[in-house]
Amino acid sequence: MNIAIIDYGAGNVRSVQFALERLGYSGKLTADAGEISWADKVIFPGVGEASSAMAALRQYGLDEVIPQLKQPVLGICLGLQLMGSYSEEGDTECLGIFPAKAVAFPENLKVPQVGWNTLAALKSPLFRGVHAGEYAYFVHSYYVAVNDFTVAQSEYGLPFSAALAKDNFFACQFHPEKSGKTGEQVLRNFLEIQK
Amino acid sequence: MLAKRIIPCLDIKNGRTVKGTNFINLRDAGDPVELGRIYSEQGADELVFLDIIATSDKRKTLVSLVEKIAREINIPFTVGGGISRVEDVKELLRAGADKVSINSAAVYRPELISELAARFGNQCIVLAIDANFVNGKWKVFTHGGRRETDKELFAWAREGQERGAGEILFTAMTRDGTKDGFELGANKILAQTLRIPVIASGGAGTLHHFSDVFLQADVDAALAASVFHYGEIKIKDLKHKLKEDGIEVRI
Repeated sequence: MNIAIIDYGAGNVRSVQFALERLGYSGKLTADAGEISWADKVIFPGVGEASSAMAALRQYGLDEVIPQLKQPVLGICLGLQLMGSYSEEGDTECLGIFPAKAVAFPENLKVPQVGWNTLAALKSPLFRGVHAGEYAYFVHSYYVAVNDFTVAQSEYGLPFSAALAKDNFFACQFHPEKSGKTGEQVLRNFLEIQK
Repeated sequence: MLAKRIIPCLDIKNGRTVKGTNFINLRDAGDPVELGRIYSEQGADELVFLDIIATSDKRKTLVSLVEKIAREINIPFTVGGGISRVEDVKELLRAGADKVSINSAAVYRPELISELAARFGNQCIVLAIDANFVNGKWKVFTHGGRRETDKELFAWAREGQERGAGEILFTAMTRDGTKDGFELGANKILAQTLRIPVIASGGAGTLHHFSDVFLQADVDAALAASVFHYGEIKIKDLKHKLKEDGIEVRI
């Protein structure tokens, strides 16, 4: 299986690559539109700031490529937020795959949310074998509210989308590559999704 | 609900783990990758690796160690020690570290925090502060606690937050290595006044000490080294004790 890990300078891409290796897969780090389009699975990680990440995607022409992908795609963390339509962070127009906006957590909460939070309301093949109440590792300052495409919820002062899914597009706000056995199960599930 | 975090810290010297008492008398406690994996299996929420004698010529060793750790371990980890340049951070993150902690270099050039936050995002910048209680004030120390500065803990922590640090790791030098319990007062002030998470460090000796720092100081995470290294506290037992005491933990 060809797995492309989108490497546009805004993600801890090696961690994702190592996580795949621990599961017996290998992922290729690439920003090449052709390689990404031809891959069987695409992982779209991201950490950092939304507007500069979008600028990097545009520089590689990937803002056009990613929304057109037909194979299973998994966005991680900032990747999830960029797959929405808009982020308050840097007043950024995003990829528009999900009709969802990333907004800042309210002022009274510690931001970023850093640490392990529970997953609930799981409803996607992404969570096969994962039970409500299991913990995943989150690090983020912006969140996507619960919406029609939410397939896992979590709560930090308010409920938010821990994962989204729509057609071939999947996204986790948490870091499956850093979420212990729970995260490994999510990654394994994603890799086993048939087209 | 967001869980309180337990973070074993591994002090690294020449690629091996060491831990000192009050920053001196180092003892060897094993292979960092192996130890990291054991902690992860026992239920550690994160790991911190501090290179205590990091210099630029040793940087390559640290980067390759970080890569080994990232290959093996499926929980987040922070790397620190002698980090003073944007380029250092880039290499460490690239090798697979999730966060870096900066300490002395930020004290002498606070702009470093802003530069790193702008470049890599505040979520991966941990501002480590070593402070000692001197003449009625919490004074910031650098160089592994050897050099006193004119900075005061609370003001410096707040400046770090304003400049874009994502977390504060506060080591109370009054407690470090004593096993008398975490500093509660200063941690409580930090946790109450900052908008970023606070990690308490220094003084862990018993299970009870961890409960105290979560319940009384309301910090977000607690870090310890020797009690874990020498098996005096098993992370599993600690998590169960914390849960019994009504603290949200990942088990």
